[in-house]
Amino acid sequence: MAELSGKYLVGVYDDDDTVLHAVPRLRKAGVKIQEVYSPFPIHGMDDALGHPRTRIGIAAFMFGVTGCCVALTLMIWTMGIDWPMIVGGKDSISLPNYIPITFELTVLFTAFGMVTTFFISNGLSPAAHKHERFDVRATDNKFVMAINLGRNSMSEDEISRALRDSGAEEVNIKQF
Amino acid sequence: MASAHSIPSIEERFEFTSGAKRNLIIGGAIGAALVVVGVYLAATGGGGHQEAEAAHGAVNAITGHAAAGHEAAGHAEEHHVSWLTRIWANLWVNAVYFTGISVVGMFFISYNYLAQAGWSAVFKRVPEAMPAFLPVTGIIMLVVFFLGGHDLFHWTHSEVYEVGGPEYDEVLAGKQGYLNTPFFVGRMIFYFVAWYFMWRKIRQFSLEEDQIGGTELYDKSIRLGTAFLVVFGVTSSTSAWDFVMSVDPHWFSTMFGWYTLASWHVAGLAVITLTVVMLRERGYLKAVNSSHLRDLGKFVFAFSIFWTYVWFAQFLLIYYANQPEEIIYFIERFRGHGSIFKAPFFITLFLNFFLPFLVLMTRDSKFTHSILKVACWSVIIGHYMDFYTNIMPGSAGDTAGFGPLEWGFFIVFICGFVWSMATQLEKANLIPKHHPMLEESLHHDIA
Repeated sequence: MAELSGKYLVGVYDDDDTVLHAVPRLRKAGVKIQEVYSPFPIHGMDDALGHPRTRIGIAAFMFGVTGCCVALTLMIWTMGIDWPMIVGGKDSISLPNYIPITFELTVLFTAFGMVTTFFISNGLSPAAHKHERFDVRATDNKFVMAINLGRNSMSEDEISRALRDSGAEEVNIKQF
Repeated sequence: MASAHSIPSIEERFEFTSGAKRNLIIGGAIGAALVVVGVYLAATGGGGHQEAEAAHGAVNAITGHAAAGHEAAGHAEEHHVSWLTRIWANLWVNAVYFTGISVVGMFFISYNYLAQAGWSAVFKRVPEAMPAFLPVTGIIMLVVFFLGGHDLFHWTHSEVYEVGGPEYDEVLAGKQGYLNTPFFVGRMIFYFVAWYFMWRKIRQFSLEEDQIGGTELYDKSIRLGTAFLVVFGVTSSTSAWDFVMSVDPHWFSTMFGWYTLASWHVAGLAVITLTVVMLRERGYLKAVNSSHLRDLGKFVFAFSIFWTYVWFAQFLLIYYANQPEEIIYFIERFRGHGSIFKAPFFITLFLNFFLPFLVLMTRDSKFTHSILKVACWSVIIGHYMDFYTNIMPGSAGDTAGFGPLEWGFFIVFICGFVWSMATQLEKANLIPKHHPMLEESLHHDIA
């Protein structure tokens, strides 16, 4: 999540289809869009905005490998080295016996790790008030487009007009 | 993403070119030549028997009385079986495997109808073309059963049921109500007839729909597909017991039906995916986009894991409990028959789990043609090996091996299967143009 500071133009749309079609139109006209906020995921929006792909998959893999190693280390150490135990007549260190727990801890680490990463990287923790919302209606029934004026070479009027032309029903100014 | 693409034409006729036919005939001929070489080698006697005998002794010693009791009788008999057993077993392995792949085509269509899935409509003709091979494998299996059934199935010998006789086998006598020749043959015929004719009907609906459109045939297909799932729910398990598990008639696993279905299913999905990829490479199925390919890739990825899960669940319980009558199954594959099945046993795990799991894990790999092809071939060969390790030790046993005979039969079956599929694909427009879900499928986008 980019730092929110400076002056923003906020376009408010009424329809997900309108905003999805507005994005490529505005980008073609030279407007740099920071983000679109929506009450639900809009298919194709990530591509339309040209956002780089999420790297959460890589994080997930790392968490999974960590979980796998933790599980194997835990069991090999406790069952095989520190206090060797024989269960069911098997060797103290017998891999087939360890697989269910290894699987479980891999999944557990991956799931918790991914959720935590997602919340932190999006500033979604209940304690985090990193940014004001551009428009609180984006959590209800409106689709909100945020444009950082500082990062745009076009004038405020031009962008405002382009937003209205693309179907925005309101254009507001937000200063952080 | 999809909105930016224009939808290609849905009018597409697949052409089974003479070049493709020639290649398949050459492939089949190479396979047949390998079979001839393999038969010659087998008939003139391959070595390795001495070591195998020694290993046998070890197995019997390890597994104690359970092995010494009935297994010894079984092995004594295997020792004077002819080299023909290896040929029957090979035919059986391939026929069972390709029966599964074929019927999974119908299985795939059926559950897609039941779920009213839209995304798969565009390549529906591919799974639809698969079950046409069923009569071929069905006839091969019946012929093999009648000619080589005694070599493959210990339970077909009448002397094991003679109370008080030297060969009397209490365990098999207890299973006689289910494992007897008339019932077995009846079941086998029922499976093939039910699977094949239900497919014929759903295929007919599909072809009619191409002409007249509407939703009436779609609704009928949903009902027929649902009925098939009920039939297949039972017959997939029972056929797995009959075709595969009854090769080792003393042994049983309550997970075996699932295990075999998982194996068939993922192999069938790999064939569907591979066919879609290959058709695209030849300029067909342009309407199939990267989202379809990713979903197919996910299917292969997910069901590789599912197969491994079932495989491991079966293995772990048997390994942990260590009951002689159960563990013999894995001991035989690890140390029996001169350890010739140990390599296939582990190669199976590698090809069916580790390779597709690691290769198909990332997002982009699931729509990259070359990676999909590697993963699909890995699964297709891997599950052949799976059936090989399940069927061979109990049937061909010491006479088994992995050489020209095995490769030859496998190649011949692949060529025959591809020929049958291509013939079916040629019969209709490659995209079901009046399928009610086609519009949804053409716009399939998972971003």
